[in-house]
Amino acid sequence: MLNFTIRRLVLAVPTLLFISLVIFLLLELAPGDPMAQVPLTVPPEVKEKMREALGLGQPMHIRFWKWIVQFFWIEPQVLIDHIFGTTFSEGDLRVISWQTRSPVMDIVVQRIPQTLWVVGTAYVVAILIALPIGIYSAYRQYSWFDQMGTFVSMVGFSVPPFFSGVLVIVIFSVQLGWFPSIYDTTHVVNDWDSFVVQLQQMIMPVMVLALQITAQLSRFMRASMLDNLNQDYVRTARAKGLSEYTVVMVHVLRNSMIPVVTVIALGIPAIFGGAIITEQVFKVNGIGQLLIGAIQANDLPMVQTLTFIFAVLIVLFNLIADVLYGILDPRIRYD
Amino acid sequence: MTDHDRTDTLIPDEGLAPASTALPTTDVMEELATPPRSQWRDVWDQFKTHKGAMIGAVLFIFIVAAVYLGPYIWTIDPTQIDIRSRNQGPSFAHPFGTDQLGRDILARMMSGGQTSVSVGITAMLLALFLGSFIGVLAGFFKRLDGPLMRLTDLFLALPLLPLLLVMMLLFREPLSAAFGLERGIFILIVCAIGITSWMPTARIVRGDVLAIKEREFVLAARSIGTSNSQIITRHILPNVLSPIMVSATLGIATAIITESALSFLGLGFPPDFPTWGRLLFDGVDYLQQYPERVFWPGLAISLTVLSVNYLGDGLRDALDPRIRGR
Repeated sequence: MLNFTIRRLVLAVPTLLFISLVIFLLLELAPGDPMAQVPLTVPPEVKEKMREALGLGQPMHIRFWKWIVQFFWIEPQVLIDHIFGTTFSEGDLRVISWQTRSPVMDIVVQRIPQTLWVVGTAYVVAILIALPIGIYSAYRQYSWFDQMGTFVSMVGFSVPPFFSGVLVIVIFSVQLGWFPSIYDTTHVVNDWDSFVVQLQQMIMPVMVLALQITAQLSRFMRASMLDNLNQDYVRTARAKGLSEYTVVMVHVLRNSMIPVVTVIALGIPAIFGGAIITEQVFKVNGIGQLLIGAIQANDLPMVQTLTFIFAVLIVLFNLIADVLYGILDPRIRYD
Repeated sequence: MTDHDRTDTLIPDEGLAPASTALPTTDVMEELATPPRSQWRDVWDQFKTHKGAMIGAVLFIFIVAAVYLGPYIWTIDPTQIDIRSRNQGPSFAHPFGTDQLGRDILARMMSGGQTSVSVGITAMLLALFLGSFIGVLAGFFKRLDGPLMRLTDLFLALPLLPLLLVMMLLFREPLSAAFGLERGIFILIVCAIGITSWMPTARIVRGDVLAIKEREFVLAARSIGTSNSQIITRHILPNVLSPIMVSATLGIATAIITESALSFLGLGFPPDFPTWGRLLFDGVDYLQQYPERVFWPGLAISLTVLSVNYLGDGLRDALDPRIRGR
């Protein structure tokens, strides 16, 4: 198992390098010029100096190598400096945003907590809703509850977040006035009342995200339970005289959870990507909105870094899912 | 009825007369009289039993018809500006009302639907072609299997929505300069969605091809000297048609949602060429005063995707020979 994990980790390196190359080459083709906003009165030689200051003058492969070094070597040093107060990264050039002329990672670090709060809560809520629904739908297959579950999850699949989000805004903040339509990230929770406000502003984005995740997870849970419910070991457990609760919730559930856990792990990066739209609808200033803003402002280093962070998340959670599968199911140890 | 049952009835109990001379009993006559059923007839019969799929199919055909044939009945130009009758509610002249420039929303919904549905179908066809091509190559030729599947894995590891946004940003202007604004963006969106969504199809097709190419009929075809390309087109492709059809329906759904998402983020079609996503995006600005402007395009997207998803669900059941006939 350890062997497998190490092999996968080693394989992840070329994958990530390839992805970073694809992203880099894609951005290399960008027609946008970062000097477009500079006034015409600035002489051309000064403009050339400014381009070089942004790191643009050099050939492509050198810039790619520099970006790799900045991202994989200097940024971790900055992190270590930040944690331990050391000075490894002093004087090193970091990835600089063209929008704000400050290090990209600093802005990303500022934005991540908002995204994590909303996305993380949504994911937990979705798992808590989806698992019981999936279990009960499988246990009472073709009952009205199961049919309802199928329909609701079909709807959850089909209604895109930019419609469900806008719909809940119309209903709950325009018509009923219960919740604010804009997520206020400057809100500080320090007592009960502010906690209630935080809860109110989180309900809508979390529900919109959770609806989608619940739709997928509950179907998956149901299918996995159905696979197991007809197996021989379930009949054995019943024949031994175990209570129905023990049979379903201990014997069947534990075995059905194996594929579901890996699906949960695989879904996390997809959720970060999907949250871009939800963040845009509710004006949560997380990394999704940062990406949209950077794209609109032609801020290539920011776009490059953010896209690459999404890619790292995908590769990382694929790895975690594979390893988890092996740990949970001894039949699939890749030895 | 299988062949086995038939020979049993054909041979008389005494076992004297050979089967060929025995007069068939009336029971067998009846059975032989019923014409052989084609596979697609069976598929259709199974499909009909799936209520959701039937409703989905009818709804999808209705939406496509309304969007493409509707403008012949409802002849108002979607870009015609009538500033004096702006922001109107539903009336007989404008059943869905008018927008902030007095353009008829029903007409805009139809023309937006044309773009959305055609983007969905074209992008699906492109993704399907790429996916089947790569899947068949990887499954059929052992030497290509490794590299092509690694490529598929790499594509699956790409963050798709961010990359789509980046592609829209970068290639919007060159392509609209080359092909004209509307057609350039159409080509861009279709290509972008197509080349980022072929991977699931490729994987499924490869798996099926791997199983089918070991079957006896492929061996038989090879032994009479059929060339590889003919084996693929005559023997393999018809047999992997069912997974391709199922992923086609799901592909339409994802393509429509992706296009709307891009338009919603302001990176899709320009406002002069409305799509459902763009109409929804424009409606958000007037959310407080006229919530119905968001509602109609959103409902159209959701209903289309829902009907296509149910269609795919029914098709999957109907095309699966293990479920069919039960």
